[in-house]
Amino acid sequence: MNNFHYTKASSVDEAVLAGKGAENYFIAGGTNLLDLWKYDLTHPQKMVDVNGIEELKTITELPNGGLRLGALVTNNTTAYHPLVEARYPLLSRTILAGATAQIRNSATNGGNLLQRTRCYYFYDPASPCNKRNPGSGCPAVEGQNRLHAILGFSDKCIATFPSDMCVALAALEAVVRVTGPNGSREIAFADFHRLPGDRPELDNTLGQDELITAIDLPPRGYAEHHNYLKLRDRNSYAFALVSVATGYELEAGMIANARIALGGVAHIPWRVEAAETYLEGKAPTEASFAGAADLILAGAQGFEHNAFKIELARRTIVRSGMMALDPSCQRPGAPPSL
Amino acid sequence: MQNIPPPATRSVSLRVNGKPAQLEVAPWVSLLDALRHDLDLTGTKKGCDHGQCGACTVICDGERILSCLTLAVMKDGSEITTIEGLGQPGNLHPLQEAFLEHDAYQCGYCTSGQICSGVAMIEAGHGKTREEVKDLMSGNLCRCGANTNIIDAIMAVKDGNHE
Amino acid sequence: MTKNKEIGRARRRIEGELKVTGQAKYAAEYNVPDLLHGYIVNATIVKGKIESIDEAATRAVPGVVDIIHHENRPKMAYFDMQYSDMDAPPGSPFRPLYDAEIKFHGQPIALVVAKTFEAARYAASLLKITYTEEEFDVNLKTNLDRAKKPSMGLATLIKPLPPGPRGDFDAAYATATAKFEGEFHHGAQHHNPMEMFASTTVYEGEGKLTIYDKTQGTNNSQLFIGNIFGLKMGNVRVIAPYVGGGFGSGLRPQHQLVLSVLAALCLKRNVRVSMDRSQMFTYGHRPETIQHTRFGATADGELTAVNHVAHSETSRYEDYNEVVVNHAGMLYPAQNVTLDYKLVPLDVSTPMDMRAPGGVTGMVAVENTMDQVADRLGMDPLEFRLKNYAERDHSSDKPFSSKELRECYRQGAESFGWKDRRPTGQPEKRGNRIVGRGMSSGLWDVIALPGKATAEFNAEGKLVVSSAVNDCGQGAYTVFSQIAADQLGLPLESVKFVYGDSELPLSPIQGGSYTTGVVGSAVKLACLALRNKLFKLAQILDGFPLGDALPQDVDFMDGEIIVKKDPTIRVKLTDVVAFNQGKPVKASKSNIPNVFKLKQYTRAAHAASFVEVEIDEQLGIVNVTRAVTAVAAGAIMNPKTARSQILGGMVWGISLATREESLLDKKMGKYVNDDLGEYHLPVHADIHDLEVIFVEEHDEIINALGAKGIGEIGMISMAPAIINAVYNATGKLVTALPLKVGDLL
Repeated sequence: MNNFHYTKASSVDEAVLAGKGAENYFIAGGTNLLDLWKYDLTHPQKMVDVNGIEELKTITELPNGGLRLGALVTNNTTAYHPLVEARYPLLSRTILAGATAQIRNSATNGGNLLQRTRCYYFYDPASPCNKRNPGSGCPAVEGQNRLHAILGFSDKCIATFPSDMCVALAALEAVVRVTGPNGSREIAFADFHRLPGDRPELDNTLGQDELITAIDLPPRGYAEHHNYLKLRDRNSYAFALVSVATGYELEAGMIANARIALGGVAHIPWRVEAAETYLEGKAPTEASFAGAADLILAGAQGFEHNAFKIELARRTIVRSGMMALDPSCQRPGAPPSL
Repeated sequence: MQNIPPPATRSVSLRVNGKPAQLEVAPWVSLLDALRHDLDLTGTKKGCDHGQCGACTVICDGERILSCLTLAVMKDGSEITTIEGLGQPGNLHPLQEAFLEHDAYQCGYCTSGQICSGVAMIEAGHGKTREEVKDLMSGNLCRCGANTNIIDAIMAVKDGNHE
Repeated sequence: MTKNKEIGRARRRIEGELKVTGQAKYAAEYNVPDLLHGYIVNATIVKGKIESIDEAATRAVPGVVDIIHHENRPKMAYFDMQYSDMDAPPGSPFRPLYDAEIKFHGQPIALVVAKTFEAARYAASLLKITYTEEEFDVNLKTNLDRAKKPSMGLATLIKPLPPGPRGDFDAAYATATAKFEGEFHHGAQHHNPMEMFASTTVYEGEGKLTIYDKTQGTNNSQLFIGNIFGLKMGNVRVIAPYVGGGFGSGLRPQHQLVLSVLAALCLKRNVRVSMDRSQMFTYGHRPETIQHTRFGATADGELTAVNHVAHSETSRYEDYNEVVVNHAGMLYPAQNVTLDYKLVPLDVSTPMDMRAPGGVTGMVAVENTMDQVADRLGMDPLEFRLKNYAERDHSSDKPFSSKELRECYRQGAESFGWKDRRPTGQPEKRGNRIVGRGMSSGLWDVIALPGKATAEFNAEGKLVVSSAVNDCGQGAYTVFSQIAADQLGLPLESVKFVYGDSELPLSPIQGGSYTTGVVGSAVKLACLALRNKLFKLAQILDGFPLGDALPQDVDFMDGEIIVKKDPTIRVKLTDVVAFNQGKPVKASKSNIPNVFKLKQYTRAAHAASFVEVEIDEQLGIVNVTRAVTAVAAGAIMNPKTARSQILGGMVWGISLATREESLLDKKMGKYVNDDLGEYHLPVHADIHDLEVIFVEEHDEIINALGAKGIGEIGMISMAPAIINAVYNATGKLVTALPLKVGDLL
C-alpha cells in the first residue's frame, strides 16, 4: 500500500533496464500484484508498466507445429483464441476454470505463472509466515490448512500454488521464455516452479530482473482426449482444492503419451512421470487411472483439515481420465455435477 | 520499507462514458478510486477492493474488468464505460430495464457491477446456455441472494438480442 | 366503484431506477468539500494492553493530518448506559479507542487521518504498536463447562429465554420407541454485506454534525453519537437512504461511525472512515453454537419427548443471546419438553444478530432430528410432521394468532413433487449423481414494536409520507408507498415516501422481519388520520359540498372525496389544501402495539421448504438443484419484492448449509479467511431452480396490516431441508455446517 514510482516500458529491453532492482516490479494485468500490494505484502519501489510492449501481445504459430503465447496476451484472449481452442482445448478449458471473466480479461499469461499462494497466513501481514518472512514460522501446519499441500511440502511451508492455467501448461510441457539483463533463455515448465524446501520464499526459478516474454506450447495438444476437472468449495470463483489436467492419445484403443498434472495439492503443478509411463499401453479404464493415481499420490500426507484431499485427488484422477474419453460432454468452468 | 516521498501526479487522459476525462493522479490511485472520488462517478462500487466481489466492474475498451485491481495511470488513453454511461433514469439500457422488471437487485450495491458485467458478457457473445451464463457471471457476488432474478434478467436480454 | 388496491400488487421498487443507474448514493459516496479520509488500525493481538504507540513513521507520510487513539482522543462518555444502542445486549458495550485494553482480535485501536485515502491507508500500516499480551481463549468446545445463563436485559424482551420444563422428559424419552440423540455444530459466520461499513461525517460548525452512515437505524446512530459525545440530539443528523445490505450488521452502530465523528470533532473537518473487507470481520458475527438434541416418539409416530440444549459463544463484555431452542416446543405438541440455552464467554467480539438469528441455528438441529426420528419410525418426514401438527402453541399454552403451516406443507409438497421422494438409501441415479429429497418446517416469531410516521397532502396533489426508517433492499420504501396510496385511494405515482433521515419521525432499527408490521402500520395509521383530517376540512369548505355525509359515506379515489350515494358530489383534495391556505394538510401517528391483546397469542410466520440435491457419488460434490419454499406470513404487501426476499433467504439457507464459514484459528484467536475470496458466499453458479409460494393467511391480531414480515422466514427451513435431502440420498447425517467438499467421501 506504499507509494511507488511508476514508469512505462515500450520494449522488452526498456523494461528489463527499468526493472533492475530487488523492489522493482513489472506490472501487466496487476490482478495479483496490486492485491498483494494493497494487503501490504509487497512493497514495490517502482512499478514498470509493461502493457505497452506490443510484441508480447500476440499468439503465433511456431515452425515445429507448436504455438507461442505472448506473455501479455490476456488469459481470456488466450482461452478463446481459435488456435488454442482447436489445438489446445485442455488449456482453454483450464484457463476458463480459473478466476472470473473480469480477472481473466486483465490477467496475462506471464503473470499467471507468478501468482503467489493463497495461504491465509501468507496473506495476513501480522501472521508469521516463512514464505513472506523467512524464519518466522508456519502457522498453517497446525492451523487452518484446508487449502494446503499434501505433496512436496516441507516443514517450512505447506502452501499450494493457486494457478489453474499452469496445471495445463505442466501437462502440455510448455516452455517459458524469459529475458533478463544477461539475455534470453528458455525454462522447461517442470523447472519453472519449485518446491518450498528450505527456501519457501522462492516460488520459482525466474531470476531477479527477468521478464517472461512468452510461453511456447509443443505441438502435442491432446485435443482429442483431454480433461480439466477442478474441485473447489463453490462451483465457480474459488481456488482448487484438487484439480486434475489429463491428456492422452489413443492408439488402437490403448493409451499413448499420457500426461496428468495436479493443482491445489502442492507448491507446484504436480506431475509424476512414472504414472504417465505406467499408463502407456493400457486401456483407458478406471482401473488404469486408479493405478496411475497410486503412483501420483505416493507419499501424500494430509494435515488436520486437508487429509480428505488424498482420497479426493485419487478419485478425481480416475474421473478426469474417464471424462477425457469424451471431451464433448464437458463445458468450460462447469463442475462435474452439472 | 523505505518511505518514498509522493511521486508527482501524472496526467491521465481517459474517455469515460463517451466524454473526455482528464485526471491528475498519483500512481497509487486505483481506477476505482479515481472514478469514485476524482470523477465523482460513485455508481461503480467498492465491495472488497481486492478483486473478490465484482462490484467495481467497469467496461474498459469493450471488456469487463475490475477497476479495483487496475491503477488509473495504467489506463491512460482507454475508453471506460461505467453504469452511469449505460443509461440514465428515463433512458435505460435494456439490461437496466430488465433488472427492474425481474427485481434483480435488492440493496443495489452489487447492481452496477452485475449490469456492467452482464452487458459486456452479452456483447462478447460468450455464454450459450443458462448454466454457462451463471458461471461467466460468477465474478459478481450478490449477498442479498437475488441470483436467480439477476440471471433471469440477463437471459431475457441475451435471448432478445439473439432474435 | 372500487379501485384496484395497491397492497398486494406486484410493484417495481420505487427507488429502482436510481439503483440500476448508479444514482443511489451510499454512505461513502458523498464527496463533500475538503474531505479527510480516516483509516482504522486494528489490534493484532487478542487480549492484553497497548503499551506504546510510535507515531513517527506514520506522521512522516506526506498528507497525514492526525493520528487519534486512546491517549489523545477527545472526551467520551463514562457510563456504559451511554454506549447502549437500541440493539445492545446486557453488559458493558465496547468503546472504540476508549482505553489501552484489548478485548478481541482486530479491535480498532487508532485512526489515521490524511488528505487522501491512499495516504491514510499507507500511513496506518506504519503505526508501530507494542502490547503486553495476556492469555486468551476462543475455544467454545473446550469451555462448555464454563457455560452460564444469559443475563436478562432489554434485548431479552423480544428474545425470550427458553420456557421452563414441561412434563417428564426423562421418563418419556426412556419409554419412547423411536429416538435420536444428536450433536450439531456451526462455526461463526460474518454478515458480509456487499457495501463495507462507512461513515461520512460533515462538520457543520460548533457541535453540529451531518453523518452519512451505513446503518440499519438512523435514529439508533443519532442517539448513540449524541450520547457518547454529549451532543444535543438536534445537532446530530444521520442520513442513510440507501444501504448496501445489512443482514443485522447495521443493527448496532459500528466502529467507523464513532471514529469518523471523533475525527470530525477533533479536527473540525469533514471526515470519512470506511472499513476494508477484512475489517468487516472485526465487529460481530453469528456465534459459533453447539447443540444437543434428544427427541423420542411412540411407535405410531407421536412425538412425546423433546430435549434441546444450545451452547453459544459470547464476548467477555456482553451477553449476546438469541432464541435458539424455543421453537421445537412451539412447532410440535410434545408434552415432555426440556430446553436449555447457555452462553460461554470467550475472547471474541460480541456476536450480533445475523439474518434469522437463533431461529435458523435451532431449526437445523430440530428439523434434522425430526427426520432422524421419522427415519427410525419408517415414516415419511412430512407425514411425521403432520402427525405432530400443533394446532396451538403448547409451550406457552396459547392459540396462534394465525397459522397456515399445514397449507405450506400441502402446497409446497405438491409443487415440489414430494411424492417422488424415495426412502433413504435407495436414491434415484442420474449419471454419476444420486438424488436426495428433503424437507423442513420453519418458524419465525412476529415482533411488535412502536413506530411513527407522518403523512401530508400538498398543493401539488402529492401524498408525502415520511419516517426515519431505512431500507437495505427489503423493499420497504415501495411497500410503505403502496400502503399509503390505499388509505387515500391514490395511484402509487401520487405518493412520495421520504426516508432514511433521523430528522424524520422516529423509527426503530430495521430488522427482525418487523419493519413492515411496525412502520407500515404507522404509515397506515398516519394516512388514516390524514384522511380523517382532509375529510373534516372538506366538510367545512365553502358551500358545505359534502352536506351531512359522514366519513363512512365517502370514498377517497384518485385525489377526490366522492360521496358514495351520489358520485357526482366530489371534492378535490387539492381544493382542501387550497382551503387550508395552500399549506399541506398533515397528520402524524404512532403505532403503539396493543400488548395486552398481543400477549394472549403466539404470533409467528411459518414456512416449509422442499429441496432436491444431486450428489456426485464418487466425488461427494453437492448441488441444491431445486427447492420450493412455501410461506405463510400473513398479508403480502408486494408479491414481487416479497418473492425476492424469500429467494434471498433461500440462498442464505443454501449458503449456511453448504458454503459460508468463518475459519477461526484457535491458537491465534482470529478468523483467517477474512476476505471474500476465502469466505465463500454462493456464486451464481451455485444457485439453481428456486420457487416461492405464498400461502394465503389472514391475521387480525398481529398489526394493522396483518403482515408478519418475511426477512428471515425464507432462510430458516432451507438449511435443514438441504441436510435432510443429503441424508435421504446418502444415509449420512451431516451435523457440522457447512457441508464441504470432502465431507461425503
